[in-house]
Amino acid sequence: MILSIVHRATGVALYFGTLLLAWWLIAAASGPSAYSYVQGFMGSFLGRLIMFGYTWALLHHLLSGIRHFVWDLGYGFKPNERETLTWGALIGGITLTVLVWIVAYAVGGGR
Amino acid sequence: MSDARAKSMRTPLGRVRNLGAAHSGTSDFWRQRITAVAMTLLIVPVVVVVIMLLGRNQAGAAQILGSLPIALIMLLFVIASCWHMKIGMQVVIEDYVHSEPLKLVAIMANNFFAVTVALASIYALIKLSTGV
Repeated sequence: MILSIVHRATGVALYFGTLLLAWWLIAAASGPSAYSYVQGFMGSFLGRLIMFGYTWALLHHLLSGIRHFVWDLGYGFKPNERETLTWGALIGGITLTVLVWIVAYAVGGGR
Repeated sequence: MSDARAKSMRTPLGRVRNLGAAHSGTSDFWRQRITAVAMTLLIVPVVVVVIMLLGRNQAGAAQILGSLPIALIMLLFVIASCWHMKIGMQVVIEDYVHSEPLKLVAIMANNFFAVTVALASIYALIKLSTGV
C-alpha cells in the first residue's frame, strides 16, 4: 500500500532528475569548462547526495516496476506473494544502490 | 438530457453509435509498458556507461559518449525514459489536479518539459557523435 505511493514519488523525482542527465550530456557536448563545472557540482557533498538519492530512486522504481509487470501478467496477487514482491523491491532497491556505489567508487575513485 | 431524449426520434443506440471509444484508450498504458521493458533491458548497459565515465575529463567523456554503441544505448534510454515519464506524469496530473484549466496547463507543460529534455539530450548525443 505504502509502496504504491513510493513508486509514484520516485517516478516524480526521476522526472525532474532527467534535468541532471540532460545537463550532464549538454555539458559534455559543450566543452571542457562546462563539463568541469558539472563535475564540480556532482562531486560536491550535495551533488553526491543528490546522485545517491537519484540512484536509489531509479533502482527502486525499476524493481517496483518489475513488480507491476508481474501483476500485469496476472501473477503475485496472493497476500504472501504481494508481501514478497514488495519487500523484494524495497530491500533489492537499497542493496543494488549500495552495490552500484561500491563499484562506482572502486572503478571511478581510482581515476 | 432526459428532455432531449424524450423529444428525439432516435434510438439510444443510434445516438451513441460512432461516438464511442476512440480505440486508442489503452495506447498510453501499452506505451508505458513498452518503454518500461526497454529501460529494464537498457539499465545495466547505461549504469556501466555512467561508471565508465566517472572521474574522466571532458575529452575522455566525449570520446566514450561519441562511440556508436554507447551513443545508441544512451539515445534509446533517453527516448524511452522521456516518453515513459511524460505518460507517468500525465497520470499523476490527472489523479491530483481537478481544476480543468489548471489540468490543461499542467498537461501541456508536462509535454513541453518531456519533449525539451528529450531533444536537448538527443541533440547533445548527436553532437558528441559527430564532433561538430
